[in-house]
Amino acid sequence: MAAAVKHPEVLAAKLASMTVPEGGAWASEARKTAQARTEATGLPARSDEYWKYTRPDAWTAPEAGFSGALPASDVLGEGAVTLYFVDGVFDAEASDDPAIAGASVELLSAAAAADLHWAKDLYGVLEQRGQSPVARPMAALNTAFAAQGVVIHVTGKAEKPLRICYRSTGGECAMHHLIKLDKGADLTLLEEGAPAARSNIVMEVEVADGAAFHHVRLQGPEDARQTLSHIFARLGTESELRSFTLSVNGAMTRNEAVVELTGDDAKILVGGAAVGDGAFHHDDTVFITHDAVNCESRQVFKKVLRNGATGVFQGKILVKPDAQKTDGYQISQSLLLDDDSQFLAKPELEIYADDVACSHGSTSGAIDEEALFYLRSRGVPEGDAQDLLVLAFLAEAMEEIEDESLAETLTEQLAVWMKKGR
Amino acid sequence: MLEIKNLHVKLEDEDKQILKGVNLTVETGKVHAIMGPNGSGKSTLSYVLSGRDGYEVTDGEASLQGEDILDMEPEERAAAGLFLAFQYPVEIPGVGNMTFLRTAVNAQRKARGEEELSAGEFLKVVRAKAKELEIDADMLKRPVNVGFSGGEKKRNEILQMAMLEPKMCILDETDSGLDVDAMKLVAEGVNALRDAGRSFLVITHYQRLLDHIKPDVVHIMADGKIVKTGGPELALEVENNGYADILAEVA
Repeated sequence: MAAAVKHPEVLAAKLASMTVPEGGAWASEARKTAQARTEATGLPARSDEYWKYTRPDAWTAPEAGFSGALPASDVLGEGAVTLYFVDGVFDAEASDDPAIAGASVELLSAAAAADLHWAKDLYGVLEQRGQSPVARPMAALNTAFAAQGVVIHVTGKAEKPLRICYRSTGGECAMHHLIKLDKGADLTLLEEGAPAARSNIVMEVEVADGAAFHHVRLQGPEDARQTLSHIFARLGTESELRSFTLSVNGAMTRNEAVVELTGDDAKILVGGAAVGDGAFHHDDTVFITHDAVNCESRQVFKKVLRNGATGVFQGKILVKPDAQKTDGYQISQSLLLDDDSQFLAKPELEIYADDVACSHGSTSGAIDEEALFYLRSRGVPEGDAQDLLVLAFLAEAMEEIEDESLAETLTEQLAVWMKKGR
Repeated sequence: MLEIKNLHVKLEDEDKQILKGVNLTVETGKVHAIMGPNGSGKSTLSYVLSGRDGYEVTDGEASLQGEDILDMEPEERAAAGLFLAFQYPVEIPGVGNMTFLRTAVNAQRKARGEEELSAGEFLKVVRAKAKELEIDADMLKRPVNVGFSGGEKKRNEILQMAMLEPKMCILDETDSGLDVDAMKLVAEGVNALRDAGRSFLVITHYQRLLDHIKPDVVHIMADGKIVKTGGPELALEVENNGYADILAEVA
């Protein structure tokens, strides 16, 4: 028997505030079943174990608590084809021509309007798979109501990175991206900026055998940003996915990654560095399922928190009975710059195979006073010395970005923001 | 250069007096050595002068080139020309040695109103000085002191000193943990920096470092005070007879 829906009035109010976008038959059907999924579980509540550390009402409330323009971020553009979205709406004029050799790029609105489209086999499919063993109603809600997004079919090695650059004048949006990588295909996707004051973003990524998907995301210093994001991915044999997120401030952020390793010898990295100051709440929630032999998964998250900021990490590795030779690694660390800040971590391993190597570690620490004094005794002012140590702490996570010039750009930008924020 | 008068220092968290009236004047261009048994307060003196937390000055004063330094931040003291070569240099994972050196050099130049060194200029200078100390390119690239041997750490301290060109150098047991060859190398590095405008305060347990860095004046410290001052022969006396005779003599 299905459990009773908690707080049905919250769900009813939320649904009443939303509009189902127009679309063709396949899209309408996918959206309808997604809404049914949401209705079956209800919206997340504070009492849900899965939302223990982060208040879901930032996103479940019908009205966003904030409106007003957020600062634009335009850092990662070099060499990339950029698509701009303003409050979730495509800005054709500002955007580059989305023609990239090796990939075809469309808008979700166009794909959804078509009667037949490959997107039918991906839209809401991985999201639905990701509803078990833990329900993620906000993602189902996204599938039901998102009107905009980017639909990418990668057939070979994409000649250039594709960048989705978000701009916001306030308000809220739901966006849903689909990325399908054929055998041996390769794409780098960059995401940058605040999609809206309050946003709900879902990305479904199908990585076929031997394909590689690189994802670097920058959530800039938009103090009022409330971002909820889900990445649902499925990896085939010898494929690879690397997703890294740098977050600086933002009021409420929850980045979820739900990954299934279904082909042998696949590799996944999910990593992030976050720097939060004051009214900042940042949650990284990761669920990785090993369902094939000899796969490798890495989770590397570092957070620097000050002035009462809160960091959350919930990371799980599930190793199914046949997923022998699994190599699972998970580390989450925080640097607390004062006594008011907190880091809440819930690392979980659930292992049913007997020949695996899984390790996890979680630490919270303060700045190394010895190192701080050493730097100051050499003439480095206290603030600069602290920044140096903070960047050094984050460096281990930033190193997970494969593209060195991207890593350098992000590190430099981070240093600038930190200096400004002091 | 450095003038310390009646300096009294206690631990901040404990009611424990460490320095009980230190008087010391290091003239410009001179090398002074402080010797003394364990727990006499030698290292505390170096930390208090460089501005480390955890100590409370209860009486007395210390000035560098006539400027009171005890109220300054550590970085201000460094910019004023004070340098402490640490007994235990700190490892800083994630910060490259070169970045560290350049940040420090340019921070001090900025504090003194001088122009910052460009990357190219800096590299040229640092390479030349590193070579003299037998510090290879790899040590410059690695994180500060991480994985360095005891000797490498001490040479790295002297490299920092050479790059920062301080007026007043305090060497806190720079000889500890060094073999004879490493000690010679470090001493040569220090001697290369000796000039008429720069002073040194060499803190050590043993006379052997002073064979290489020849002091002008030797002080004996015991129980938080300078108890005896003399020439280089005083160090030899310690070497031959230990501290007991001297301490008995001044008691």
